[in-house]
Amino acid sequence: MKQTIVVIGNGMVGQNFLAGLVLSPAKAGYEVITFCEEPRAAYDRVHLSEFFSGKTAEDLSLVEDGFFADNGITIHLGDKAVAIDRELKTVTSAKGLTVQYDKLVLATGSYPFVPPVPGHDRPQCLVYRTIEDLEAMSAAAKTGKIGTVVGGGLLGLEAAKALKDLGLQTHIVEFAPRLMAVQIDEAGGAMLRRKIEALGVTVHTSKNTSLITDGEQCVNKMCFADGEELETDVVLFSAGIRPRDDIARACGLDVGQRGGIVIDNQCKTSDPAIYAIGECALWNGMIYGLVAPGYAMARTVVADLAGETASFTGADMSTKLKLMGVDVASIGDAHAKTQGAMVYTYQNGEQEIYKRLVVSADKKQLLGAVLVGEASGYGTLLQYCLNGIELPENPDALILPHRSDESVGLGPDALPASAQICSCYDVSKGAICCAVEAGALSVNALKAETKAGTGCGGCVPLLKAVLNAELAKQGYEVNTDLCEHFPYTRQDLYHLIRVEGIKTFAELLEKHGKGKGCEICKPTVGSILASYWNEYILKTEHLGLQDTNDAFLANIQKDGTYSVVPRITGGEISPDRLIALGQIAKKYQLYTKITGGQRVDLFGARVDQLPHIWKELIAAGFESGHAYGKSLRTVKSCVGSTWCRYGVDDSVSLAIELENRYKGLRSPHKIKFGVSGCTRECAEAQGKDVGIIATENGWNLYVCGNGGMKPRHADLFATGLDKATLIKTIDRFLSFYVRTADRLQRTSVWMENMEGGLDTLKAVVIDDKLGLCGQLEQQMQHVIDTYQCEWKTTIEDEDKLKRFRHFINSDLPDDNLAFIEERGQRRPADAEERKHFKMVEVA
Amino acid sequence: MGWIDVCSTDELQPDSGVGVAVAGQQVALFYMLKDERIYATSNFDPFGNANVLSRGLIGDIGGQPMVASPLYKQHFNLETGVCLEEDAVQIPVYPVRIAEGRVQINIGETA
Repeated sequence: MKQTIVVIGNGMVGQNFLAGLVLSPAKAGYEVITFCEEPRAAYDRVHLSEFFSGKTAEDLSLVEDGFFADNGITIHLGDKAVAIDRELKTVTSAKGLTVQYDKLVLATGSYPFVPPVPGHDRPQCLVYRTIEDLEAMSAAAKTGKIGTVVGGGLLGLEAAKALKDLGLQTHIVEFAPRLMAVQIDEAGGAMLRRKIEALGVTVHTSKNTSLITDGEQCVNKMCFADGEELETDVVLFSAGIRPRDDIARACGLDVGQRGGIVIDNQCKTSDPAIYAIGECALWNGMIYGLVAPGYAMARTVVADLAGETASFTGADMSTKLKLMGVDVASIGDAHAKTQGAMVYTYQNGEQEIYKRLVVSADKKQLLGAVLVGEASGYGTLLQYCLNGIELPENPDALILPHRSDESVGLGPDALPASAQICSCYDVSKGAICCAVEAGALSVNALKAETKAGTGCGGCVPLLKAVLNAELAKQGYEVNTDLCEHFPYTRQDLYHLIRVEGIKTFAELLEKHGKGKGCEICKPTVGSILASYWNEYILKTEHLGLQDTNDAFLANIQKDGTYSVVPRITGGEISPDRLIALGQIAKKYQLYTKITGGQRVDLFGARVDQLPHIWKELIAAGFESGHAYGKSLRTVKSCVGSTWCRYGVDDSVSLAIELENRYKGLRSPHKIKFGVSGCTRECAEAQGKDVGIIATENGWNLYVCGNGGMKPRHADLFATGLDKATLIKTIDRFLSFYVRTADRLQRTSVWMENMEGGLDTLKAVVIDDKLGLCGQLEQQMQHVIDTYQCEWKTTIEDEDKLKRFRHFINSDLPDDNLAFIEERGQRRPADAEERKHFKMVEVA
Repeated sequence: MGWIDVCSTDELQPDSGVGVAVAGQQVALFYMLKDERIYATSNFDPFGNANVLSRGLIGDIGGQPMVASPLYKQHFNLETGVCLEEDAVQIPVYPVRIAEGRVQINIGETA
């Protein structure tokens, strides 16, 4: 008969235990039952603040679809385990359920510590732990303007980011004299503070809150021991965690003096049938508030159940985080407490970088490090520290800036196979090399195969370095050539065209390519030339580069006819124009459909009809909608404050202005915008490449969203912008995309593939880390200044119009076209209908 | 039927295609500028079942001159008509010559 394991708690560690257990031979011997107090199964608390930059509860979930059912695990959601009877070996839940156990695993986690300040339970005094807490924060932020975090540690800074993302003026109140007092030293804390304050967050240190009471301008007022006061709407406690050990305490298990369920090296509590793992467990007097040690405990229990020898013997507490866009890392003995330790410090006031190395007395071993402002060396330093690799002769070279080509990084080849690359999932270099050998040839494949890099993500650069070194060793060459004619990427070609001032495909092919070109490189180069020089795309030397859509300035359909889409900026159209559109469509018997981008698509135009249709459209005041181009398509808008009861700002006017600004911009792929006049988001801006939402504090800008085949929620990029800043930011963003994306790569995939992702994008576009922004703005201005309606230019050029015929030697139309009427409009006849029905005359 | 006069060389588009009607048939003419050659194929795309090949992009793949269908991007060898993706599919190709600035093609025989 099978025994029963009961797991109390389905948080990150509880779930990690279950995921490990189902892969273990131990699983066969057990029925598994788990209790989860929250209404949803395990989710990623480490990335909780991403809830406010667009991630949903589903995105944050750590449980694969069908996980419980497929593995025969019973989960009681929304039912808290409340009592353990160790005599009878039963667990009883809040809903009154009692289950028998043979083995019990406590993964009850921790709760946020709320200082017992009078008034701590007032309205809008919140904590930051669960998705429900986040929803309460969202609700509070809707009515408030100011938010204050109590606690300046890791979690406090994360919480401050969340408040800032919610559009609140943010304060941090810390009891200690500096931020992140546990992890970093005084000078590092000072640098961090300057950087955080530069982001518009006010930091108050050495502040002891004595009372929270009614505010005058805000909901709450915080009074400090030094007599100062702070008005704030939201108070968010993030002052540390406490282990949830009440259920263990109640059944008489040993707990520590300051809390925590005492465990041994096998994670067993004082009752050998009961284990405790994660933040509720006290090992050797330590509570581990990070996820990686919790996972290590979970692995230990799985191994113990399988009868393997395994021990938890403490964990490395090194961390690397991006806190509000600032890199912060702490490794090992950051405070140099080891006997005889020596310290090297590097401080760069201008760039606000602080680095500190702690080394052993003989200068051979790295004991610890602190990095603020720039943490790219984290992976290397951590490897030195964890694997006891002997330091170079001058250890300070590891933190001094590189002023030449010399590399002091620890290449992946220098690491032993046992080196842990991913600490969240305990993946060694050896395991990664095996996966590469077995065919995982990309970072994504490695993530899927080994889980490395899917926890906190901090090891991804190192993972990539190991991958590339392995690929090189195995003789793989990563081919990024555009096609057989150009041994370059699109980005390389853009660079060549820009730097060498190349103006035609022929010149580029002559200098940098071979052969005659193909349907890959020709449109790509045509697009780059159009993005950079913005010449008329049907100029003789450019004509042969254009796909049929661009070549005929219309969209080809399955029967070889075209559809026509005039621009309707922001989706706003007067009755007169709408009538004109209807009359033209009727005259040419065009099938008419409203598009998702708030325009009208006219289908079934023969190539010889296109110029006639456009002469009439232009006379009625329309211009090209560029629906045929890889270029800006539409700026969708809701009606906004002009009419809507809820409108916060004039979304239509902004949409029209943006569409007119960027119309005609040729890009690696199509670009769509959306502008919503309030957070109800009727324009679906967060599903667009560029999305803008009006708030009381200004415009919020979202980027890199996508609908279509692979939907992606856009990321919040900047908040509370005035119009001038908004436009400047979009100018830079689009120019950078045009410059660096691959062929046919939408902004979403472009950003996801960028090293450093959204943070890199922000660094380049907002902080101008590459010093490119001047160029990017100038490039966009050039495109705006040289805009032309391609159809207007074309109908004014008799020579160009000659091409708009099916035969150059006859006025006959294509005799293969056949239409059939359906719901009062013409559409192409299908193969069956061609046989059985009388065709509508081709007129 | 022998050589049939279809158009003037001025009416061709450099590195691009045009459609011509020849004795009731639809023919695509392509002018490859780099080696000064003109190719003639049927205008009919057997995959998309539409007369569109004259509007495809031209170039070369592995040294073979080709046109790519504007509908579903299959490549056809301009000299043999054979589809590079599916060699069982072949489109008609025709001999072309230039006489006194005029383009003539011969649809009576295939190359």
